[in-house]
Amino acid sequence: MTMGFLNIEFLVASAVGLLTAAGIYLILRRRTFPVILGLSLLTYGVNIFLFATGRLMVDAPPVLNKYAEVPYTDPLPQALVLTAIVISFGMTAVVVMIALAAYLSARDDKIDMPHHPEDEGEDA
Amino acid sequence: MNHFLIAPVVLPALVAPFIIMVVRYHLDLTRIFSLASTVMLVAISLVLATQAASGEVQVYELGNWSAPFGIVLVLDRLSAMMVLLTSVLALVVNLYVIGSGWDKRGANFHALFQFQLMGIIGAFLTGDAFNLFVFFEVLLIASYGLMIHSGGTRRFQAGVQYVVYNLLGSTLFLFALGTLYAVTGTLNMADLAVRVAEIPPEDTALLRVGAVMLLLVFAIKAAVIPLHFWLPASYANAPLPVAALFAIMTKVGAYAILRMYTLVFGPDLAITEGLAGAWLMPAALVTLMLGAIGILGSYRIGRLVAFGAITSMGTLLTAIALFSPEGVAAALYYTLHSTLAAAFLFLVADLVSERQGIEITAQRLMPQSGLIAVLFFTGAIALAGMPPLSGFLGKLLVLDAARDHDLVWWTWGVILVGSLVTILGMARAGSLLFWKSHSITAETDPTAPQPYEEEANEQEEETEDTSTAALPFVACFALLSGLILLTIFAGPASHYAEATAAQLFQPEIYIKAVLGKVTP
Repeated sequence: MTMGFLNIEFLVASAVGLLTAAGIYLILRRRTFPVILGLSLLTYGVNIFLFATGRLMVDAPPVLNKYAEVPYTDPLPQALVLTAIVISFGMTAVVVMIALAAYLSARDDKIDMPHHPEDEGEDA
Repeated sequence: MNHFLIAPVVLPALVAPFIIMVVRYHLDLTRIFSLASTVMLVAISLVLATQAASGEVQVYELGNWSAPFGIVLVLDRLSAMMVLLTSVLALVVNLYVIGSGWDKRGANFHALFQFQLMGIIGAFLTGDAFNLFVFFEVLLIASYGLMIHSGGTRRFQAGVQYVVYNLLGSTLFLFALGTLYAVTGTLNMADLAVRVAEIPPEDTALLRVGAVMLLLVFAIKAAVIPLHFWLPASYANAPLPVAALFAIMTKVGAYAILRMYTLVFGPDLAITEGLAGAWLMPAALVTLMLGAIGILGSYRIGRLVAFGAITSMGTLLTAIALFSPEGVAAALYYTLHSTLAAAFLFLVADLVSERQGIEITAQRLMPQSGLIAVLFFTGAIALAGMPPLSGFLGKLLVLDAARDHDLVWWTWGVILVGSLVTILGMARAGSLLFWKSHSITAETDPTAPQPYEEEANEQEEETEDTSTAALPFVACFALLSGLILLTIFAGPASHYAEATAAQLFQPEIYIKAVLGKVTP
């Protein structure tokens, strides 16, 4: 399945790289919304990465065939990535809820904690 | 196969959904079930500890799939000790929470508490690296709920930081595991150990990257500089009894470092030779010092104890970073001590902040000031590592183990100066809180006590009757007597620690128990 440099390894590797880079850029932002988006991008990146750890095979089933010598792909990373997807989905839901609670209660979605109201007079 | 081995994971995993689904509206019933579960956990882990003390490594194959194809739980001396420590701490914290009424201030405390225990105990027992990740997530997601228990603006904001930081850690964990799997084709820890040793050194660049990423992940958990930033804000803003339970969570990171870097990337392994120790040692020393300075500079009681937890993690990881049997034995003894001591101080801090708020300032004399002062200063002695409590013995063991290390003067210097700064910081806080208060009367009080959350104000009237209840003090004294027992029985405890360390430095026993005949 090679088409010049546009083979599947190149595409998957650059997808992981792009998602991770974008994710890291976003989690360095100051407000919770981009940070959560960045976390999601990072988890997508890591999921694709995990999927590729069993080597990339095209058109191969993840089962052994006992009647014929046919190519097969490693099924374990698929199980791992399924677990990782479920966990990251749940975690994203949790962080959205907590961030929403923080925003509604503080009326502010900055990720860093403001000084304690009582301190502000002293600090200024 | 000994089915008893999975009991400490299954029990909370069953009790927690039962509490949510059946008895969630009956406070007394949730308390009874939660307490019964933690009492049974203590009994189970005592049995497991006596079984493990013989030195035999027991393996539980989930679904009867033999390793390395299935997931295994492994019970050796180290896991048994950590499980016992967790369940004892959980029982005490549970008593405190019930006594102080913290579990009434938000929904589903006890269910989350049980899930948290399930995650922590599972992480200590598992013998599979990916399963370790899953149990990390179980304990984390429960801890997110516990951390923001009873709400409040600051707690939510600290919660967001805590969750985001840990999600990043989890992502890094997955990257590390993926790298290890790509190189070795396995995630079973014993199998990893076998295969890593077989790989020719010139092909191990990826493997070393994986090893370092894994170390970073565990360092985040263990709050090592420069990855400690999540800890002070989270622990100080969490409900303080929950922070007392979290005292064991940093130890999960230390445990994972100890497990992976003695079993898989052992100190004798050529490709990563001394890598963990070489990086960990300076980081641990800086952690220790920064924790001590943090204690000195804290102006809120939660942060004070949180930095206390950081400095004890610094001492603990200094001992681990020696990667010698003596160092690990000292680290294990210090683990027992520092978990109990940090939890004890968090509970005492909660006693104080329930009475007069979180600021370390001189205010009107609080109720039971004398008793709490005694508890606080005892805890300070334990944390700083002064005689006569077990912290002194623990630090002595660490100093003794560092005798032959290259950085011995640095180690000794930092530990001793760190202890001095800790003593100063605790003395400053204690004098302000307990002694200076004697000079302030109701008339001269510049600021009436201001609990820092509006919610806490309303709650206080409801829980007025429970704030003088005896149960919180029972919990505190239980932890204190744990520390005293650890001092009196320092001999047997350190012998057990030495035997555990000896077992850790013979990974072939572990590998043989898990892989059985498969070993080449």
